[in-house]
Amino acid sequence: MKRVFPREEHCVACHLCEVFCRVQHSQSKDIIKAHKRESPAPLAGIKVEEKGALSFALNCRHCEEPYCVYACLTGAMRQDPQTGVVTVDATRCVGCWTCILACPYGAIVRDEANHRVHKCDLCPGLSEPACVANCPNGALVYREKAHA
Amino acid sequence: MKSYLPARFKVERDETRCIMCLACVSQCSYETHYLDEEEGKVMSRDERCVNCHRCVVFCPTRAITIHKNPLEYRDNYNWRAENIEDVIRQAESGGMLLTGMGNDKPYRIYWDHMVLNASQVTNPSIDPLREPMELRTYIGAKPDRLEVDPAIQVVKTKLPPQVPIELPVMFSAMSYGAISLTACETLARAATEMGTLYNTGEGGLHRKLYKYGKNTIVQVASGRFGVHSEYLDAGAMVEIKIGQGAKPGIGGHLPGEKVSAEVSMTRMIPTGTDALSPAPQHDIYSIEDLSQLIFALKEATNYTKPVGVKIAAVHNAAAIASGMVRAGADYIVLDGIRGATGAAPKIIRDNVGIPIEVALAAVDTRLRQEGIRQRASVVIAGGIRNSGDVTKAIALGADAVYIGTAALVAMGCCVCQHCHTGKCPWGIATTDPRLQKRINPEIVSERLANLLRGWSHEIKDMLGGMGINAVESLRGNRLHLRAVGLTETEMKVLGVEQAGA
Repeated sequence: MKRVFPREEHCVACHLCEVFCRVQHSQSKDIIKAHKRESPAPLAGIKVEEKGALSFALNCRHCEEPYCVYACLTGAMRQDPQTGVVTVDATRCVGCWTCILACPYGAIVRDEANHRVHKCDLCPGLSEPACVANCPNGALVYREKAHA
Repeated sequence: MKSYLPARFKVERDETRCIMCLACVSQCSYETHYLDEEEGKVMSRDERCVNCHRCVVFCPTRAITIHKNPLEYRDNYNWRAENIEDVIRQAESGGMLLTGMGNDKPYRIYWDHMVLNASQVTNPSIDPLREPMELRTYIGAKPDRLEVDPAIQVVKTKLPPQVPIELPVMFSAMSYGAISLTACETLARAATEMGTLYNTGEGGLHRKLYKYGKNTIVQVASGRFGVHSEYLDAGAMVEIKIGQGAKPGIGGHLPGEKVSAEVSMTRMIPTGTDALSPAPQHDIYSIEDLSQLIFALKEATNYTKPVGVKIAAVHNAAAIASGMVRAGADYIVLDGIRGATGAAPKIIRDNVGIPIEVALAAVDTRLRQEGIRQRASVVIAGGIRNSGDVTKAIALGADAVYIGTAALVAMGCCVCQHCHTGKCPWGIATTDPRLQKRINPEIVSERLANLLRGWSHEIKDMLGGMGINAVESLRGNRLHLRAVGLTETEMKVLGVEQAGA
């Protein structure tokens, strides 16, 4: 399956991946309304990690062995048997955050306003996820393997 | 000391559009923008802004506009803001004023006073979409005559080394150290893709870039940084740098803080030491000395590569160029007063040298008069902005042009003139590892290649319009140029007739 891979050597830590992830996962899909009006505020499923010159954007790895799915108490976290994409069913999530404990990458986000979790869903319906499409420096790629 | 300098620019942030994503904060290397947590607002320190447009481009909601600070001084033609502020700056620093990029003063730009010809009725124009159009140019000395063996119809004359370029535009010398390694790689990749050459400048050649050797001009400058046999062998041509248009007559100084481990290895100097390029080449005090270095380099490269010499265009450029050609240069480079730099004393940049158009015309005329024009290709540099300038330069007598600023602009540069600070927010004129990541050679080289692609189409169109199907046929063909708004003397120097005359 295709995944989003960061290329730290090109990441400029502008955090625009987070911005466009929030827009894509907002009600209005409007960048200004999503950030200024919507309540609860939309969350990003990707996060730029940085330390000095090193930076990269991290999102869910959609693991073949998804510990978050195994750990989920309610069956909210699931892996699509066809596509392999790991998603969370917001209606079933109870916000116990066991998946957050289980995730080896720290890629699952706490949605404190709704008391549930939020994560990358690889932007269903888009040809490539919003973070990849809007990265200004080619620091995120959407492909089968980390290295082409 | 309290600074009396006012802010040059004002940052205007449309608060109805600002989403507080802090992209401006992360991208500004001058720390202009900051988050005021107490106010819950992103604010700006106007006095730090250099108007590089990095934040403007990166703001996802286009909330930022930058204006000139409207603060006025009392009108005074002699004491304009720049003159006053330069004095203030020196009163506070006690040093030379440094700056980056090329001369920004309103010296006449002769390209804008020359117009090109086109065919009408009596001679047909050529449509480059339907007929082949040749932009390939060979850099190198041409023989005085060609001898052909009539029996087998083969050229008997042994040709000096020639380097073909697919369009008469190359990337001028910008050293690793002055610009980032990623910027160097971008130039190298674009040159390779477009079949032209880029130039290492005096910073040596990083190991990572050896693979682009076929499209590389390796420079030998007064500091001789990173010059060794492998370096000379790596390039397609070798260029001796005597001078540079932005700072004729003076050397270079790469501050120690820019000499990182990588720069140190490439330049072959200790980490953290200043890289000082002397003003003269200390083994060149005459044309005869120049000839010795030219032939030393030819000998070192086994006479397989053209060896060129670059000078800043100065008052006696024509006589000097004649000497350079006679000394054995296979190509010569003239860098005009608008030539740019990573750092130069402002007073030199703005006051020393001559415009490239007149230098080119004078040199081409002189070499023709002396019957030695064919012995060297003539390359010009310094302020070429578009394919119109390129085409006019060819008509005026150049074989090819170098572009520096135009190439950097294609890579993101906004000509903010702060290269000398080493904080280039576009990742170009910096060796800061955090900043140089901002140039991703894969995607930025595509911008640069696109620029050359566009120019190449335009040059073909202009040539076709003149009824010419090869750039060779335009070279030095000044009948295709006419002057608009120039004096008799200027037209005489340029060798161009008045339009309509």
